[in-house]
Amino acid sequence: MHPAYSVLFFTTASGAGYGLLALLGLVGFNHGQASSLWFALVSMAIALGLITAGLLSSTLHLGHPERAWRAFSQWRSSWLSREGIAAVATYVPALIFGLVWSGLYEAPALIAPLGIITAILCAVTVFATGKIYATLNTIRAWNQPLTVPVYLAFALATGSAVLMVIATVFGRFQVAQLVIAVIALVLVALLKFFYWRAIDTAPRDRTMANATGLGEGVRQWEVPHTATNYIQKEMGFVIARKHAQSLRRLVFLLLALVAVCYGLCLISPWFSLPAAAIILVAAFVERWLFFAEGEHVVTLYYGNQQV
Amino acid sequence: MTTLPTSTAKKLGLVIDLDTCVGCQACATSCKEWNTQGYSAPLTDENPRGTDPLGVWLNRIHGYEVPEEGRDASRIVNFPRSCLHCETPACVTVCPTGASYKRAEDGIVLVNPDTCIGCKLCSWACPYGAREFDQSHGVMKKCTLCVDRIYNENFEPEDRVPACVKACPTSARHFGDFADPNSNVSILTRERGGYDLLPEMDTKPVNKYLPPRKRRDDTTLQPEQLPASDGSAMDRLFAWSDSFLTARAQPKPSAKKTASETVKTLATKISGAAKTVAKRVTKAAKKPT
Repeated sequence: MHPAYSVLFFTTASGAGYGLLALLGLVGFNHGQASSLWFALVSMAIALGLITAGLLSSTLHLGHPERAWRAFSQWRSSWLSREGIAAVATYVPALIFGLVWSGLYEAPALIAPLGIITAILCAVTVFATGKIYATLNTIRAWNQPLTVPVYLAFALATGSAVLMVIATVFGRFQVAQLVIAVIALVLVALLKFFYWRAIDTAPRDRTMANATGLGEGVRQWEVPHTATNYIQKEMGFVIARKHAQSLRRLVFLLLALVAVCYGLCLISPWFSLPAAAIILVAAFVERWLFFAEGEHVVTLYYGNQQV
Repeated sequence: MTTLPTSTAKKLGLVIDLDTCVGCQACATSCKEWNTQGYSAPLTDENPRGTDPLGVWLNRIHGYEVPEEGRDASRIVNFPRSCLHCETPACVTVCPTGASYKRAEDGIVLVNPDTCIGCKLCSWACPYGAREFDQSHGVMKKCTLCVDRIYNENFEPEDRVPACVKACPTSARHFGDFADPNSNVSILTRERGGYDLLPEMDTKPVNKYLPPRKRRDDTTLQPEQLPASDGSAMDRLFAWSDSFLTARAQPKPSAKKTASETVKTLATKISGAAKTVAKRVTKAAKKPT
């Protein structure tokens, strides 16, 4: 599948945004009103900023961005529609939570319920994003049980890394934040390892012979176009196995570097800054690979012997 | 509405005969011609005369090479591919806006070009590559089964078929209602073993493909396929004349020689004779007198 940069940026940025927002909601749920107005305002602004930038970027790849509001109508069947609704719905409790948590509006009783609602809606949104891909049976590498958990884990891992940076800047670094970040990092590495093992061992039993019904030994003889067409550009993107392997190693190397930075955070919490930068790059590379390694079944009609 | 109708009154679709399709592209060009001015028009071509053209086609004709057992030469199968108007189309249920829908009355799968946001997700969900994105209009395009022809009362009844069916010079495309077991398409599918493309994708395609028949010489020119002689005088006369004529028609391998072969043989003979003469002369010369 062709990795569109607007979609990669969207899932990485808003993934981090939703992870951060969910953690802020949980912080409010646990501790009540924020200890510092500016810490609360800046962290909320960064979370909602990442989410909003991602959502705006995702509309960039639409043919008709001005009609995007129509996407809220088909929640009964479409995960994309559900994601859109969840994404927008999250703003409502999130904004009110930001007001009461920061102390701009005094209502301490509302902080805990709003915090937990915000966190749940963040999880629902990222879950829906993962489901858009996981439910496409045309792409075996996406139609995997681990696709959704990987999306959720990356949101938590990137969000917790960003949270540590903000906390450090405001002098509010706590070891508990580091613990959450480390758990999320380990989760990401494990899930991604098992995800890649799953797609490597999945049987490639869809063949050109079956797709055409013409039996064993069938080969493409004449192509149905004079120049590369939309289907080939969008679904026909292939990455050499060699490159995929080296990019996978790069993701694990970056995650290992993040782990080193996290270890150094015990010495100085400022190491959370490179950690956050590196894990965002890792998330972007992982997302790019997620698309590049997605082989679409339609390629069987365009010369691919098996997917 | 992207939720699917539980059942459709009719199941309109196509039967595509891979045996008779000659790959002439008439269906594809006729489709383009009609649909560039009909529903969801136009079908854009970008840079059509340049080095990197990009155009939207609702019907594309692949060519596949199929090896045949016991033969040196493969068989070429022309393979038109367009929307199969599936009973449970994955492209429809993923649509976030309701622009993609399956009609309850006849099962045709359509895109409303006025509400499509161009997110392309439907083209990812379709296993058959039936949907192509129109960059210049920002919406998805697909086969409409010529919904603006088949119900068009300005046309003569025989013209109320999809443009591709009308254009096909070898009748490799048939249009009809699969819900009716006695329709032309249902009968063809039954009698010729029409099959689904990628049934494992659970899309339940309506369109069916008829497999290529066995080669004609596989069925009619084999000795065991020929009628046996009944032993009558007339039969024997025919058998004798057949073998007589066959024998005469097949030239003996050595009977015909090319000019160069004749010259060569002649040259060898002459040189052979000359050598013999020379030998004899030398012998005679060596003989003591």
